Amino acid sequence: MTQEELNNLTVNKSVDARGTACPGPLLEAKKSIGTIASGEIMEVLSADEGTKRDIPKWANKKGNEYLGTVEESGYFKIYLKKG
Amino acid sequence: MENIEKQIKELQEKVSLLEKVTKDQLSIVVFSGELDKLLAALIIATGATAMDMKVKLFFTFWASAALRDKKKKVTGKDFMSKMFGIMLPKGSSKVKLSKMNMGGMGTSMMKNLMKKKNVASLEEMLTTAGELGVEINVCEMSMDLMGIKKEELIDYPHLNICGVATFLVDAEESKIQLFI
Repeated sequence: MTQEELNNLTVNKSVDARGTACPGPLLEAKKSIGTIASGEIMEVLSADEGTKRDIPKWANKKGNEYLGTVEESGYFKIYLKKG
Repeated sequence: MENIEKQIKELQEKVSLLEKVTKDQLSIVVFSGELDKLLAALIIATGATAMDMKVKLFFTFWASAALRDKKKKVTGKDFMSKMFGIMLPKGSSKVKLSKMNMGGMGTSMMKNLMKKKNVASLEEMLTTAGELGVEINVCEMSMDLMGIKKEELIDYPHLNICGVATFLVDAEESKIQLFI
């Protein structure tokens, strides 16, 4: 997905994990993905550069779709679609 | 033809046996009693729960002391146990870095840095691990050697005292086994 498409997504659940370091964002993501339905979109906000690589790997293992990442100043917005 | 069918059946049996043996499970021998190594073990352990893995930590030797509760007092220890008790760190908040401890200065600097960078403390990590269902098995022999009593261990929801056989069975069933 392009950056513009990602920014225009309707997000069903937003998780702000900017206050935690590894493995915080992953644990937050795991907790929150359970609260949305299959096909819905989740956004994870993280200030941790490692999360950018971690979340796609995690999503892949869990059967969720990684849509892309948008870089903001000082943090990342990572988009997922629940499988 | 019959021969092939027989071979397929045999293979199927073998595969189903393999599936039974390995679970989506992680086993870690937590041996070291230093802050950095304990943190590594707990980050991997809690991270694995996010992958829906079952996690079993086998605490032995120096790591056992990190499970002591600083608020709990026990009586009736013999001389050697008392001496060990004084020399070993009293719980997860008292463990030191394996490098650059510098008489405790390095450790406290690291703790401040961790706070600043939003890295969870070892105590917080243990609480999180408990909430996520990480199992902690403590080696009975290590506790006995170091004079650590069951009554002085932290209140952890999934804590058992066990021996090497427990670890071996858990490790055999696990996809990943680590020694830290």
